[in-house]
Amino acid sequence: MIEVENLTKQYGRTTAVDDISFRVNKGEILGFLGPNGAGKTTTMRILTCYLPPTEGTARVAGFDVFEDPMEVKRRVGYIPESPPLYIDMNVETFLHFVAKIKGVAPASRKARVDEAMEKCRVSDVRDTLIGKLSKGYRQRVGLAQAILHNPEVLILDEPTAGLDPKQIIETRELIRALGGDHTIILSTHILPEVSMTCGRVVIINKGKVVAEDTPDNLTHRLKGAAMLRLEVRGEPGTVSDTLRAVPGVLSLREVREGNRGSVTLEVEAEAGKDLRAELARAVLGAGFDLLGLAQAGMSLEDIFLHLTTSDAATEPAAAVAPAAQAQA
Amino acid sequence: MTAALRNVAAIVEKEWRHYFGSPIAYVALFVWTLLFGIFFYFAFSFFLQQSMRGGPEAQFGPKLSLNEWLIRPVFHNMAVVALFIAPMLTMRLFAEEKRQGTIELLATSPISDLQIVLGKFLAAVGLYALMILTGLVNLVLVWSYATVKPEWKPVATGALSLLLLGSCFIALGLFVSTLTRNQIVAGILSFCLFLGIWTLGWADDPMAGPALKVVAYLGLTTHMEEMVKGVVDLKDLVYYLSFIVFGLFIAQLSVESQRWRA
Repeated sequence: MIEVENLTKQYGRTTAVDDISFRVNKGEILGFLGPNGAGKTTTMRILTCYLPPTEGTARVAGFDVFEDPMEVKRRVGYIPESPPLYIDMNVETFLHFVAKIKGVAPASRKARVDEAMEKCRVSDVRDTLIGKLSKGYRQRVGLAQAILHNPEVLILDEPTAGLDPKQIIETRELIRALGGDHTIILSTHILPEVSMTCGRVVIINKGKVVAEDTPDNLTHRLKGAAMLRLEVRGEPGTVSDTLRAVPGVLSLREVREGNRGSVTLEVEAEAGKDLRAELARAVLGAGFDLLGLAQAGMSLEDIFLHLTTSDAATEPAAAVAPAAQAQA
Repeated sequence: MTAALRNVAAIVEKEWRHYFGSPIAYVALFVWTLLFGIFFYFAFSFFLQQSMRGGPEAQFGPKLSLNEWLIRPVFHNMAVVALFIAPMLTMRLFAEEKRQGTIELLATSPISDLQIVLGKFLAAVGLYALMILTGLVNLVLVWSYATVKPEWKPVATGALSLLLLGSCFIALGLFVSTLTRNQIVAGILSFCLFLGIWTLGWADDPMAGPALKVVAYLGLTTHMEEMVKGVVDLKDLVYYLSFIVFGLFIAQLSVESQRWRA
């Protein structure tokens, strides 16, 4: 349904998207994961024909975004990062306007608008000015706008950004319900969001695809490694040396020196190994006091750092996300 | 083709909702009709004075023409008012879409840049035409009370010239609005540009050499003179229409190119 091949986009000298390729099959929900500035929005803007690519091709529903932009636009529903809304219109008027410019036939316009409002639960505010709506409602109106013309493809740029937890859950359910009929690309920087809604994930960083897999496989592979946080009383330099000597420790970092001679350290362990017992023994064996030992969450930023700076860039096996797991 | 027209109509309707959903349309209509009324009143008073001064002889001589003494000066004054009001109508047309991010909605919908530009242009011209019509209500008084009715043809062509002049402003202002996401910048820039082109007309002088004649030809007001007198010259029509087409063309070019440069 969506084929992206060797897509590159340059803004002047900076390369926002660097030679990425991926495919999305019909009815699939693809998660597009990456930190801010990774090139998610740029890629989505190319797919919606808002920006022309510098190199490479992208085809949506069989039409090239560059050769047949009108055909692509007819088949794509899109929510940019901040939903594009006319704040001085009321919800229903706005949706009628969008229906017109999306080419919904006049006869079915009212039915389509009603259906979209029903699906996105904005029927109760149909007469309210958009400028007076809360952030959550605006996001939903944005979603209603995107599904209005019943597009084959939906492209959603961070659809849950800025929503409260209840609204996030509702929005995810809605997106899941829309999958199947629609092919969806969804961008986010929240890991659990992807595992809950998407069938497949593309992780992108600095304009490059760094991983592509199902969320299950990805989390399995990520679960392997572990990040441990220790608080030890003792002379920092010696403590570090002691811990570094423990087999299975990949790297070690002093987070801060606490008061009363204690030090907090972060230890990255090898994939699939639980080093808690070994580390505790090493600390006590060397005559230091162990004040605390916990499994620290590896933030998404850590994962990206890991994926893009280490040699394991092609194989995200050593990264972990227990904190993200717990959130989910 | 019908789809294209539907798209243009949708944009026109949307812009009218903005105009009338905000104070813009009401302020523009209010200022326009107020100034039209004031200028009309002064021109009328002056006309009466002149008629009185003519004394009894004037009754036998040729009568003062209402067209020449009343209606024509009002039209000339309103052209100046258009110079001030046109930036108000155009400054937000694209700048606001860019600031709100709604340009992304338009650009990712199956509607061409030209249709967007045309829709916005027609919406502004529509509002401006409504302003002219409400101003003309003043002239109904002349028709109902004057013993010698004025000619209607110069009034019609005068209104047409006012419409064409304003449409030129709007086309150019539309282009300026595509350049920035700040309405105020667009407004001020448009006004300066309009004023610049306006002053070109001041070069029009019987003694002027060929170079100045060319400059004068490019001036906006130069082409109003004959039309306000009731003479529609093809060269004036060609001037106004090509000015409008040019303005819309560069506006569309600007919208299109910004995506490439982004």
